Amino acid sequence: MSASTSIRSVSTQQAPAAENKHAARSRRDRIHGWSFMAPFLLFFGLFLIWPLIHGIVMSFTGKSLTGANSSFLGFANYAEALGDVDMWHALGNTLYFTVISTVPLVLVALLMAALVNMGLPAQWLWRLSFFAPFLLASTVVSLFFVWMFNPQLGLVNEVLSKVGIAPVDWLNNPDIAMWSIVIATLWWTVGFNFLLYLAAMQNIPQAHFEAASLDGAGGWRQFFSITLPQINQTTIMIVILQVLASLKIFDQVYQMTGGGPGGTTRTIVQYIFETGFTGYRLGYSAAISYIFFGLIVVVSIAQFAITRKRSA
Amino acid sequence: MATTLTTPALTISPASSVPVRRKKRIAPSRIIATVIVAILAVTWMVPFAWAAITALKSETEAAATPITIVPESGFTFDAFAKVLQQGNIPQWTWNSLFTSAAITVVTLVISALAAYALSRIDFKGRKVLMVVIVASLIVPPPVLIIPLFYQMVAFNMIDTYWGVILPQVISPAMVFVLKKFFDQIPRELEDAALVDGAGRIRIFLQVVLPLSRPILAAVAIFVFIGAWNNFLWPFIVTNDSSMLTLPVGLQTIKSAYGIQYAQNMASALLAALPLIVVFLFFQRQIIKGISTTGLAGT
Repeated sequence: MSASTSIRSVSTQQAPAAENKHAARSRRDRIHGWSFMAPFLLFFGLFLIWPLIHGIVMSFTGKSLTGANSSFLGFANYAEALGDVDMWHALGNTLYFTVISTVPLVLVALLMAALVNMGLPAQWLWRLSFFAPFLLASTVVSLFFVWMFNPQLGLVNEVLSKVGIAPVDWLNNPDIAMWSIVIATLWWTVGFNFLLYLAAMQNIPQAHFEAASLDGAGGWRQFFSITLPQINQTTIMIVILQVLASLKIFDQVYQMTGGGPGGTTRTIVQYIFETGFTGYRLGYSAAISYIFFGLIVVVSIAQFAITRKRSA
Repeated sequence: MATTLTTPALTISPASSVPVRRKKRIAPSRIIATVIVAILAVTWMVPFAWAAITALKSETEAAATPITIVPESGFTFDAFAKVLQQGNIPQWTWNSLFTSAAITVVTLVISALAAYALSRIDFKGRKVLMVVIVASLIVPPPVLIIPLFYQMVAFNMIDTYWGVILPQVISPAMVFVLKKFFDQIPRELEDAALVDGAGRIRIFLQVVLPLSRPILAAVAIFVFIGAWNNFLWPFIVTNDSSMLTLPVGLQTIKSAYGIQYAQNMASALLAALPLIVVFLFFQRQIIKGISTTGLAGT
């Protein structure tokens, strides 16, 4: 931009004229800049900023779907939510799911990528197999797994019975239901993390491995001393993305168990949905939304701080 | 494959990332790795295969015990035929196709324009906008559903395509993916055009966009996949069976068809088909896009 400005001022040969041109230029840039931004900003304002603000306002009222009692309540909704056993239960379930899903979603992806990266034949086939489920809608995944987990007719129990294991009630046993959802989620989304890991591993300079094997380092040694440290940044990114994604879980739980049995798999997003649309309490639901938002912000800041410390 | 080439000159084989020198020694471990990967891959295919087998059975066979892989009465396309004739699947597929395509086009246009301004035009307020848009990445979509639903009621957009489409066209992540790409385009190309007196719009359309085809394609594919598979928002904003998108519609058949397992699986497979086809066509771009941008899929 500076290059073109200087060319312009040279061509005009007059300092005041050049200054005028410069002012005109900056005015034109301002008009152009905001014009290019305008369509995005219109939607951004209407469907992100406005509901974000409106939600806060709603959370201080007793607004309901029927429109009744939208009076100002102050922090009453927040106070009620903090004393709401069901809210804490849903929050606890969400954190539980986040922990028990993030670990396999990162480790299995790492295992898959490490194996495929050993120079196996037919890479495209493994990539396709592991990644294909990621392309499915949550409802398709849920239909597949509800059917496979069917206690009497499901494939999983059938296979288990062949090796002498008693049938398991995958989705109705309170101790097991969340794990069943983790299994379905692992199958559905691990391919994404796998692709990120594979790309990172393929970017490691070959020279590292050649030097290591000249020094007599074996495959395991190379994996732990070269591969893992080299993909450290990728691991951090995958964990961050995964934790944030897992905290927002709703689809597959709602579709597979409906939050049951006995609320043991109900997540915070489902609780927001239910208080708002089944219980018709929009104001209260909005308050819980913002408590959830606060949690996401805290987790994001914590992760940001940890990442910065690491890279510093 | 390059395994057969063991001449010292070829230390790095094109198709493999393992030094050839080590191959002879670690051959057994590669066999073990292949076996493990193959077992994993087969396991990953099981849900698809089992759905396909079930969908190709008659309803009686699908619900029969003991479970069979090949039904006694043979395979049949009855479940697919029934689902296509009686159900709403064709309508839902159209709804999904139309709304996803519209979301993709609008997102691409408004994000590319915004990304260009943020990358290239030096205007007052740009830095503030950047901060606001970056900050908005942190907002989890579920937080917005309650006020957005209320807003849709006020706009009279419940059970309309507009209601499904409009709230889904904002994608700050895509703006940044595009901005990052625009930042890498040499400015000289545009400056030359500016000197020639070309306007911003013309430069954007004739210089920047043609150079950005690969990233535009990647963004379009991601937005489309995300919109096609989105469940929560269409689930909230639509109610009427004729307005549902495919993922939301599928959720309703479980209760409608009850224990008709073959038809459930046929519906699920029909819903999965379009994106599997898209993937087979764009496999390279999708994998490359995920590998280079990372956050694009989230």
